[in-house]
Amino acid sequence: MKSLEELQAIRERMKSQIQSREQAGGNDIRVVVGMATCGIAAGARAVLAALTEETAKSGLSNVKAGQTGCVGICAYEPIVEVFFPGKEKVTYVLMDPDKMRAVFKSHVLSGQPIQEYTYTYAIADKGEK
Amino acid sequence: MTARRIFVYNVWVTELSLHILDIANNSTRALAKTVTLEVTADFVRDVLTVAITDDGHGMDEELLKRLSDPFATTRTTRRVGMGIPLYRMAAENSGGSLQIESKLGKGTRVTATFKISHIDRPPLGDMAETVITMIGGAPETDFTFIYRTDAGAYEFCTKAVKDALGEDDLSDVTVLLYLKDLIDENVKNLNGGNHI
Repeated sequence: MKSLEELQAIRERMKSQIQSREQAGGNDIRVVVGMATCGIAAGARAVLAALTEETAKSGLSNVKAGQTGCVGICAYEPIVEVFFPGKEKVTYVLMDPDKMRAVFKSHVLSGQPIQEYTYTYAIADKGEK
Repeated sequence: MTARRIFVYNVWVTELSLHILDIANNSTRALAKTVTLEVTADFVRDVLTVAITDDGHGMDEELLKRLSDPFATTRTTRRVGMGIPLYRMAAENSGGSLQIESKLGKGTRVTATFKISHIDRPPLGDMAETVITMIGGAPETDFTFIYRTDAGAYEFCTKAVKDALGEDDLSDVTVLLYLKDLIDENVKNLNGGNHI
């Protein structure tokens, strides 16, 4: 049985670790999933769930998983944006939980974006500008 | 019209909890401080009721009238808003209805009913996932989730969790994942063997 008491204990244990890491520097990597109607309809909740799980698994406190609204390219949902400190934003399109996990491992953990999943790649492939 | 409906249903993942997540996002965008989500499965009357109540900035009568028109939206990134129209369609297609009450400056309540046994009623889906996604999307908002079936009731309140942890922000992934399991356990207990 899950309980608030148990969560409290887990939290206490985590706190000391988090504080020591946060003092190390403010180099947050932000990863956000578009969660407007268009995103949700295309499966964004499952993508966000995969991101949340991977973030928890990594144990990294400088990775911030979050949500955003509609980016304006609804046909390309689910959309994930990765903000790396000091680098340009990378927009991933037509995401699913497996692609999300792959992006997390390659881009977030190792700094290597997966070009094939990006918006830039998707529009180049279609010959659109 | 028929063509459009088929198109919409192909796009929409048929899970009520996804509609609920989308509609609850309206509440947080309306700067609600508290959002209450009540899901009641009444098997005797064969009615599933989903009520989302917020204390956000509310709507005037003019906007309220236009609400089921997909071209009524407050967003700026595009000119269509499909959330309410799709939700209404899901309710009406399964022998239910959608009711919206709102007062400018007071808040909004969106109540949807569904006939539980209706063949076109989408399953409720993963409510725990929806609730933690709501919390993660608006950590400063207080959410209450009440779940009722014939077997009893469960109430989950972020305020109680915030008090217990002594934290205002529950968007930490470890906290969210724990809360998901906590909610899921309680919802499943109340469902018994029923698929809602």
